Amino acid sequence: MLNQKDILSTIEMIDQQHLDIRTITMGISLLSCCDPDGKKACDKVYDKITRYAEKLVKTGEDIEREFGIPIVNKRISVTPMALVAGASDAKDYVPFALAMDRAAKTCGVNFIGGYSALVQKGMTLADEKLIRSIPEALASTDLVCSSVNVGSTKAGINMDAVALMGRVIKETARLTEAQDGLGCAKLVVFCNAVEDNPFMAGAFHGVGEAEKVINVGVSGPGVVHHALQSVKGQPFEVVAETVKKTAFRITRMGQLVAQEASRRLDTPFGIVDLSLAPTPAVGDSVARILEEMGLEVCGTHGTTAALALLNDAVKKGGVMASSSVGGLSGAFIPVSEDEGMIAAARSGVLTLDKLEAMTCVCSVGLDMIAVPGDTSAETISAIIADEAAIGMVNCKTTAVRLLPAPNKTVGDTIEMGGLLGSAPVMPVHNESAAAFIGRGGRIPAPMHSLKN
Amino acid sequence: MNAIVTVVGRDRVGIIASVCALLAENNVNILDISQTILQGSFTMVMAVDVGASKAPVGDLRDQLEELGKKMEISIRIQREEIFDAMHRI
Repeated sequence: MLNQKDILSTIEMIDQQHLDIRTITMGISLLSCCDPDGKKACDKVYDKITRYAEKLVKTGEDIEREFGIPIVNKRISVTPMALVAGASDAKDYVPFALAMDRAAKTCGVNFIGGYSALVQKGMTLADEKLIRSIPEALASTDLVCSSVNVGSTKAGINMDAVALMGRVIKETARLTEAQDGLGCAKLVVFCNAVEDNPFMAGAFHGVGEAEKVINVGVSGPGVVHHALQSVKGQPFEVVAETVKKTAFRITRMGQLVAQEASRRLDTPFGIVDLSLAPTPAVGDSVARILEEMGLEVCGTHGTTAALALLNDAVKKGGVMASSSVGGLSGAFIPVSEDEGMIAAARSGVLTLDKLEAMTCVCSVGLDMIAVPGDTSAETISAIIADEAAIGMVNCKTTAVRLLPAPNKTVGDTIEMGGLLGSAPVMPVHNESAAAFIGRGGRIPAPMHSLKN
Repeated sequence: MNAIVTVVGRDRVGIIASVCALLAENNVNILDISQTILQGSFTMVMAVDVGASKAPVGDLRDQLEELGKKMEISIRIQREEIFDAMHRI
């Protein structure tokens, strides 16, 4: 028999500490949808997604009701669309995004990821065509998310793609100007992108993956924060142990839900992504965990060390709780989606440079950061290049999701609503990197890429 | 298949009776009950067998929630596996 204390502690985690399953994401391979006729290919894309994911939302809701654990998002990730669209004679790839959007709406999911291209070493004609269509694709759809992988430890950094992405991000912001540049919140630039990430906006279903798969992302910054409140002033070993134990519990729940969803949907279980994913709600913040460790404000000196400990302890605690850990796994630091990060950025303590340092030790990168609307494309590209270099050299995933806020400047705020939150516009360096970005070509892979 | 029913709220006459009556109507067998006053609020945890229940767990949840609203307390039912997963290796 379970004891009453354990039962009530679980209920308190759900009720008061925002414990939830952040997402059940069904990955679907669309390679079988390739067709020389673009229109036929789009029809196949729509049909296959709606056929495979027909019961995804209903199943998620059933599990939520029976287990009493909130499952916030039900989502779909698909094969990078450049690979599917590239087989067709289509001149314009936007119809593929529209087909994804329609399918997502039919299934009732809240996002679909995979309007993507993997160009770490070079761009095919299809890759380039898809990347150039991203601004229009994101402006003309509601639920489609896009990602582009511009670098890897093995291949180096494709600086032509980096330069292009700076312009694509600017154009996406311009086309979605009426919504504060919302399109950019659905666009991620990666280095070392993973093929089984369940989290948006960077989810896609990698070509090394099965026909279809269920990946689950857990969450629970509030639970970790609450646990750390009981070990105030104690040494870091105690802090690490406390985080590990908490992460273990959270991940076990994720594993249970993943297996249940996999069984009910008759779809193989892929991975549990054991990430600490914050939301804008008070009490669900990664920044507040770092502050609980003893920092006055997130972003001050010591923040990188605190985040390194947190990120590592989350993985160590979670890894034994799941039969298969994958995705991004670690602590996320999206500024606009984290109440504590928003406050720290607003106070001026948390800067873009500090966030860049933090990305060396956390699971992703510069995420959901609003920058002035007049930031040049070259500066955005240079920020991407810096972040990709961190990922490339450290053999880790890094990502950039910047939001150039149209017609806004430092001190203003953009509002995206819901889980995307609101972001104070943060300053960037004004000195130009245009000549650097203008060089083009490829930054070679580091020495340690030659492991064979 | 077992589930856990938890009732938390201000103590009043008839809480246990009405929860048990609802469960009995649905042919849900009660395996264990523990009850205490925790930080001033009435707290009851029940282990129940829903294997022969007339209604699926999701519907029982709705019925219990409805009853909770009427009695101004929080009543929930959750499959036991969620607690096992979190607290047992």
